[in-house]
Amino acid sequence: MRLPAAFILMLSLALTACGDGENQDVSDGGSQPTTLTVYAAASLTKTFERIGEEFETQHEGVQVEFSFGGSSDLVAQIQEGAPADVFASADQANMDKLADLEGQDPQDFATNSLQIAVAPDNPLGVAGLSDLTGDGVKLVTCAPEAPCGAAAQKAAEAAGVELTPVSEEQSVTDVLGKVTSGEADAGLVYVTDVIGAEGAVLGIDFPEADAAVNTYPITTVEGNDSGDLAAEFVELVVGEEGQSILREAGFAAAPPGSRP
Amino acid sequence: MSRARVPAWLFVPAAAGAAFVLLPLVAIMTRVEWGSFGDLITSESSRAAFVLSLKTSSASTALCIVFGVPMAVVLARTQFRGQGVVRSLVLLPLVLPPVVGGLALLYTFGRRGLLGESLDALGVQVAFSTLAVVLAQTFVALPFLVISIEGALRTAGERYEVVAASLGARPTTVFRRITLPLVLPGLLSGAVLAFARSLGEFGATITFAGSLQGVTRTLPLEIYLQRETDPDAAVALALVLVVVAVLVIGLARQSRSAL
Repeated sequence: MRLPAAFILMLSLALTACGDGENQDVSDGGSQPTTLTVYAAASLTKTFERIGEEFETQHEGVQVEFSFGGSSDLVAQIQEGAPADVFASADQANMDKLADLEGQDPQDFATNSLQIAVAPDNPLGVAGLSDLTGDGVKLVTCAPEAPCGAAAQKAAEAAGVELTPVSEEQSVTDVLGKVTSGEADAGLVYVTDVIGAEGAVLGIDFPEADAAVNTYPITTVEGNDSGDLAAEFVELVVGEEGQSILREAGFAAAPPGSRP
Repeated sequence: MSRARVPAWLFVPAAAGAAFVLLPLVAIMTRVEWGSFGDLITSESSRAAFVLSLKTSSASTALCIVFGVPMAVVLARTQFRGQGVVRSLVLLPLVLPPVVGGLALLYTFGRRGLLGESLDALGVQVAFSTLAVVLAQTFVALPFLVISIEGALRTAGERYEVVAASLGARPTTVFRRITLPLVLPGLLSGAVLAFARSLGEFGATITFAGSLQGVTRTLPLEIYLQRETDPDAAVALALVLVVVAVLVIGLARQSRSAL
């Protein structure tokens, strides 16, 4: 019986690969897997996919896989044993939940602040938070339980206005959806959401947004089996290349020393 | 009444299937913080969500009956061109992801939707109202009722109706005195299914109606929101939802066997 040439080739390649792995084991003192799993907040989807591509070109043979979702969903999944190597949260509170459990040392890598999103032609002439309180304005925010809603509340307190939204949505994506579909007149979303909407909404700055800046922390997950790769991914995010990608999407730099 | 024997080997996959459904329920029970259970489910937001869910689900079940029974009768008792297509389309919400259903409703009844401006002119604003919740629930629950009743009608056959008509009964009398009593068991199980589906409705509601305490935030939306900050409360409320659903199904079963 003759083995097909392709099969022999594959077999020899597999054997070579095994040999390489063993060599690395000897030199690194640990195994080097080829997949890095990153759990990241939904608002990081576009930026982290670009950073992931960058990481893959820098690390040949490594594949970065993402799971994007609400930060609290992701934390819950990690606590239930999801195979995350790296976790990037949209707020401190959810990162703290994980830190409690795993004793991690997260680094802040970006901030995001609120803007008022309105229809592109701003038919109601909204210029600030105080324009959103009237009965004639259908305002949508996140629920106070969600990070974006907590931020909206802080900003409203700073402005001394009481917001009466017609709906308190679960996520900032839902808020944006209500504004782009025309159901709502205005919504409180992040600067990055307005940029990501590519002209579907107009973003209006307001001074009180400074009182409610969201900080994004990132950490390697304890017990991950990816060796140094996880730490290297975090380095890329906090480093120059990652930061310039984040800046393009509208994220601001994390204040230095915000987390000792 | 003697029963036909069931082959013994059937019990193995049947038990596996039952375990597949029941184990997750047991898993929920193990996560409930029984010590604070009472406080968690009687908080103001929980009670508001519970009451809203019961109200809207009852309303949408009523709407399902009002429109679903005639739909089922027309589908089962008449023949017209394209009937097969119509039936498939009417049952579409069964397979449509609820979020897509919510978007479709938004494009229909929303402010910029097909009917939005006409409704606006009539002074009806659907967006962010309890009415929107009822519409979303009716949309996803209607097919359950239609399927149940159409099945019951086909099983019952037309012979009593034909006889009544041959004896001179007018169509409305036949419908009232023969057809309706005939499908009552099917109507009841259909209504229970519709109510249960309405109670659990999430995707279409959050997409179409929004989420505001006491107005549009039903129990499933409240559970999803609570999970953000207070997973214990979410689990407790989930158990409440399960208990309500089991009660409704159980009661309907009893009254049906009493019929």
